[in-house]
Amino acid sequence: MSAAATVAMPKAKRRFRTGTIVLAVAGILFLTMVILVNTVDAFGDNTWLRVFFSVSALNFTLRASVPLILGALCGILCERTGIVNIGIEGMMLAGAFAAFVAKVSTNHWPLMGSLLFGVVIALAVGALMGLLHGVMSIRYKMDQIISGTVLIILAAGVTAYLFDRNAVAEGKFSAVAIPGLAQIPVVGEVIFQNPPITYAALILVVVVHYGLFYTRWGLRSRACGEHPRAADTVGINVNRYRYFNTMIGGSLAGLAGGFLVLEAVGQFQEGMTAGRGFIALAAMIFGNWMPFGAAGAAVLFGYTQALQNELLLAGVTAVPRQFVSMIPYIVTIVAVSGFVGRVRAPAAEGKVYETEGGSE
Amino acid sequence: MDASTTPVLEVRNITKKFPGVIANQDVNIRLMPGEILALLGENGAGKSTLMNIVYGLYHPTSGEILVNGEPVVFHTPRDAIARGIGMVHQHFQLVPVMTVVENVMLGDESTKLGKLDRKLVAARITELSERYNLAVDPHAIIEDLPVGVRQRVEIIKALYRKADILILDEPTAVLTPQEIEGLFQVMELLRGQGKSIIFITHKLKEVLHIADRIVVLRGGKTVGEADPKTATQASLASMMVGREVILTVEKEAARPTEVVLELEGISARDDLGQPALRNVSLQVHAGEIVGVAGVQGNGQTELVEVITGLRHADSGHTRINGKEMTNTSPRHITVEGESCHVPEDRHAYGMVDSYSIAHNLVLNTYFQPPFARNATINEKAINEHAAKLVEKFDVRTPSVQTAGRSLSGGNQQKMVVAREFSRPIKLLIAAQPTRGIDVGSIEFIHNQIVAKRDEGIAVLVVSSELDEIMALSDRIVVMYKGEIIDIVPRAEATREGLGLLMAGIKA
Repeated sequence: MSAAATVAMPKAKRRFRTGTIVLAVAGILFLTMVILVNTVDAFGDNTWLRVFFSVSALNFTLRASVPLILGALCGILCERTGIVNIGIEGMMLAGAFAAFVAKVSTNHWPLMGSLLFGVVIALAVGALMGLLHGVMSIRYKMDQIISGTVLIILAAGVTAYLFDRNAVAEGKFSAVAIPGLAQIPVVGEVIFQNPPITYAALILVVVVHYGLFYTRWGLRSRACGEHPRAADTVGINVNRYRYFNTMIGGSLAGLAGGFLVLEAVGQFQEGMTAGRGFIALAAMIFGNWMPFGAAGAAVLFGYTQALQNELLLAGVTAVPRQFVSMIPYIVTIVAVSGFVGRVRAPAAEGKVYETEGGSE
Repeated sequence: MDASTTPVLEVRNITKKFPGVIANQDVNIRLMPGEILALLGENGAGKSTLMNIVYGLYHPTSGEILVNGEPVVFHTPRDAIARGIGMVHQHFQLVPVMTVVENVMLGDESTKLGKLDRKLVAARITELSERYNLAVDPHAIIEDLPVGVRQRVEIIKALYRKADILILDEPTAVLTPQEIEGLFQVMELLRGQGKSIIFITHKLKEVLHIADRIVVLRGGKTVGEADPKTATQASLASMMVGREVILTVEKEAARPTEVVLELEGISARDDLGQPALRNVSLQVHAGEIVGVAGVQGNGQTELVEVITGLRHADSGHTRINGKEMTNTSPRHITVEGESCHVPEDRHAYGMVDSYSIAHNLVLNTYFQPPFARNATINEKAINEHAAKLVEKFDVRTPSVQTAGRSLSGGNQQKMVVAREFSRPIKLLIAAQPTRGIDVGSIEFIHNQIVAKRDEGIAVLVVSSELDEIMALSDRIVVMYKGEIIDIVPRAEATREGLGLLMAGIKA
């Protein structure tokens, strides 16, 4: 007992330190450039610098990031409890369509009421998609990859079938400036003059992080995703947590769809999620299943989309547009393949948990 | 009611049926306050099932449980915990990526305004660890802790929930002899403070050492009770198995001749890329059994994998019969090295669960005549071969066409051994050759291994059971943190000496 008793190394605390320093340095450099380009004319006149650092690039980044952030949070909630969710794309699309139908059918309501109704319906339909995923993968023990695929195909098929091309949603969320904060130069313009779902997404990152790591619910959820039997042996109902979190996660993906219809585009289009659910999944992995990490990855992916847009606007033709459109996907591949060695998925994800009989 | 005569826990006529199996039948057990009750039985005797019922994880088919004389029904472990029952599971139920604090409070969290109160829990852990002499750092992450400390965390977890009845399921299986001694001291301390303990094991020596009373389980039934003051290892063993058992392996002195296996400066990394073997050099001669001892996870697995070609060595050389074998394919080593391998995990490496016994028996030879005819398989030859081996190695099965998975653990292992031993070989590598199988099969396999040695074959046995190493080996290699810390001739080896070496302490 004596020899082994004394060993207890705080190894884990040092694991990501170098990465954190690199990130911090890169972040400070980036912020400095942003402030210079948007306040000093000498920098602001350079086309290339404007493409990379202008307020409009950053605004676009945030807009492109919101559905990715929400989708990644959906993935985190599901996977942290042990349910693999590749169906984020389908949940998102279902949420978008639900929001659209809700909005169109309440066009005669006051605008804000109608939009909020759309949000509520998007959340609810997302949660229902989560419940469906739960029922398939927990109750009927379907392989979770298959179950996720079902969600994607189901959402694509049903929304395309039911979509009425003549329907028009009237109006969408507009930006709400936060008094005081919105006046901060550059930062205020980018962060504090946004429509509601964007604020909600940013707040949700903090909420999910706090929930997962500082509350009873979070501790139990993570235990279900890492070692469900350990959770079971202390009296936690593993599958109940899995159902609940998959539904909450689904509602966030639904909200991401709601964002596309009610805040970004204002209308529904067939297949309008266009792979965002998968990019969100990549952001979740890139971010090591951590809310802030995933949000950071989502913003990075959003930024590459913004670059594409800014290059187009600035009329830069030296770089073929097709190459620029590839950037998000290349970043995804590099991020996911290069970093997967360092990130760690919840140990029990994708595995059915059976209470009685089975393993000893 | 007189407290000293009411059992704290009583199990009455418990029967538990799983589809196709009766795991427990009319089991009766009484646990008195402040006693250590040993529950003795072979693997598969139904000890763990019974305890999982008492802990509320399984529900009995019939029978009842009484705590302090009151009948209780446990739907989940939560109900059992509420009644003061705590369990340390054979496979620790700890979340590896979480801290000690998080693991201890899981399911019974202290919160302040909804926020987890880690400080309060850490303070309670420190208090418990001082009171019961269970040293542990509350903020350490489980996966960084050695096995012995993880076990302390499990005990603290039960005490944190105010358990008065502690169930320890095979707690000594993963410990060094010194750690076992430490655990026994903790158990005595707990008993001294009025806790009652059920100690599950299949190790006879330990039972006689620590228990106040012994209950023996066989085939899911209670077959008797014994008093450790009067019982002997032999009497307990025959109760466990139901017949006389020879506990020692009969063998003559080894007559080693030329070197068959030679390792020179082998270094390798584990699956996570961490160094697992550091500069390992070893020679195994024809006609001797070299045993590799060590606490699990000190490089034994990787050592076997390097020798058998399943793992890449970063440096060093493997030679078999003087032929260079470093980083060649497993088949090359099997065929050219004339070696065979009984792997430690028979389900992952030793057999194909869904294949028939006949097919399992030719996994290493199906590509050679007579089993292969050009590109096709000769089923007739395979079936004849299987029939012969099943008989010779006493594999109990209705037919050679039965799927491998439907055999019992002991018969599966005999099947693997039969396949590996049935070719002409010069080197035998056996990793955990008797893990999880019944005493009868252990006896059989041990005798087969000794017989191979006497035929002049070089044998390397890796085992985490010190008794097995002591029983079989002519020389004992002790591994610690990927290095060979010492090589001891069997005649000079003692349990205590090996235990110290296993803990990394070299005199």
